[in-house]
Amino acid sequence: MKKIEAIIRKSKFDEVKEALLKADIEWFSYYDVRGVGKTREERIFRGIVYDTSSIERTMIVLVVRDINLEKTVDAILEHAKTGDIGDGRIFISDINDSVRIRTGERGDISLYDKK
Amino acid sequence: MIQSESELEKEEIFHCTTKNNLINDTMRSTKRILTIIAALLATPLAALAQGTTTAAPVLNSGNTAWLTIATILVMLMTIPGLALFYGGLVRQKNVLSIIMQCLICVAVISILWIAFGYSWVFGKGFAGTSIGAFIGGFDKIFLNGVTTSSLTTPANVPEITFVLFQCMFAVITPGLIIGAFAERIKFSGFLLFTVLWSIIVYDPMAHFVWGGGWLQQLGAIDFAGGTVVHINAGISALIMAILLGRRRDYRPGHPTSPHNVPFVFMGAAFLWLGWFGFNAGSGLSADGLDANAFLVTHLATCVAAITWMIIDWTLNRKPTTVGVCTGAVAGLVAITPASGSVGVLGAIVIGMVTAIVCFCMVAFVKPKMGYDDSLDAFGVHGIGGIIGSILTGVFATKAITGGPCGAIDGNWHQLGVQLIATGFTIVYSGALTFVLFKLVDKLVGIRVAPREEEEGVDLYEHGETAYNN
Repeated sequence: MKKIEAIIRKSKFDEVKEALLKADIEWFSYYDVRGVGKTREERIFRGIVYDTSSIERTMIVLVVRDINLEKTVDAILEHAKTGDIGDGRIFISDINDSVRIRTGERGDISLYDKK
Repeated sequence: MIQSESELEKEEIFHCTTKNNLINDTMRSTKRILTIIAALLATPLAALAQGTTTAAPVLNSGNTAWLTIATILVMLMTIPGLALFYGGLVRQKNVLSIIMQCLICVAVISILWIAFGYSWVFGKGFAGTSIGAFIGGFDKIFLNGVTTSSLTTPANVPEITFVLFQCMFAVITPGLIIGAFAERIKFSGFLLFTVLWSIIVYDPMAHFVWGGGWLQQLGAIDFAGGTVVHINAGISALIMAILLGRRRDYRPGHPTSPHNVPFVFMGAAFLWLGWFGFNAGSGLSADGLDANAFLVTHLATCVAAITWMIIDWTLNRKPTTVGVCTGAVAGLVAITPASGSVGVLGAIVIGMVTAIVCFCMVAFVKPKMGYDDSLDAFGVHGIGGIIGSILTGVFATKAITGGPCGAIDGNWHQLGVQLIATGFTIVYSGALTFVLFKLVDKLVGIRVAPREEEEGVDLYEHGETAYNN
């Protein structure tokens, strides 16, 4: 099992979501995050141009079985990219175990439904 | 004399019911005596005056006070009414662009109106000539000749107040179109379009219907702006939405969710409130006709709101806030041309029919046709206006107007006139909007770049974001 944390542009979220659903990744969490980085977003306030040094992005967090890792990463990579500075990062880490609360199932089986 | 007699009786009744204030009583008796003396003195004087010359119109302070308040109410419809209503319906990355467009409409169109709009619509320079059927004149440019003592008859209100009242109408009309091209229009393109539209589409249209132009001569009934304001703006909205194309992430039948529904509610509430000035102020006087306009405006709106809720509830199993707000606005739109000529029955039918048709328009027809009228400026204002304008020809009644009437009183001719006025407005504003779009697109470009649209117009066009915490 792997955990994928992807920080992407807010404007790309809908596209990435569609791509993930198409790749059969049916659940994930996401939230709006703020950070600092190389991107500069200029604002204007009463005649003064200033830099907020605060960049708004969306973070998607999901845990997948090892066999699904590559297609998930590919889906995000392909659809979150604009080619400009500020497209974001994808972080991948190992997950030791997982439990489905409703049934008490542990391990891989807790991540998907038997069809 | 007779007048003061009846006043005396009224006061007597009032006097009997409130016994406990002695000071008031004394004051009333003094007043009564003074009234009688004044009446006795005035009668021969008035007779004398009438005998020699026709009296010059005298300013009516009651009418003036009401029209001033009505003007303020109509301004509230644009800012903050429309700004909040439309602003709440868009996504949070675009809310400032809407607010900005409404705000700048007020500033720019007001200047245009005072500079020459008023003269084009209500000027008398070409009156009596064939040009007079299409345009007012150049005689009142920069309010030339409009002094503190000029009066607008027959309401006898200062012409300056009338200029301001009409100014608010000129302001809100292009404001309504904003809903059609929301979330993807370039501010510079919007600005140029709005200025040209006001000069070329709104001003002549207002002259045709209100300023003595050919539709008015034909006898078209448009009390407060069904054709001039709502059909005009609604059709332009449709043309703009089609020519501009869909938003990049819009798929027909999948609406984008409104970012702030309480804004939508506040906007609708301001519109409802302001509309009383819009409709009940349009007679320019504080009289029974205005009271009736107030009544039918309120009634039709209530009926439309409830009808929309019932449809929502039956078809989608839930009554929604945005739905009721939209229904109310549709009702307000539809009753606008009719408010000076229909009674309670007309108001109920107009409210109900509008809600049903507008609902079908935005829920079924729009997704089928595939155009992206972002906030349903056409679905609500265009369609609501058309229904209101046509039904005016049906429900206009002698009991309210004292003269012109519609099919309900047996005058089918009026329905024909209403159809001509409606059809003409559709063709006129549709054709000219098409031309203006092409022109503005060529000159400054009218749509934002794809990236700007994705990340939000606020940041790229205005350098600000609405929510910073």
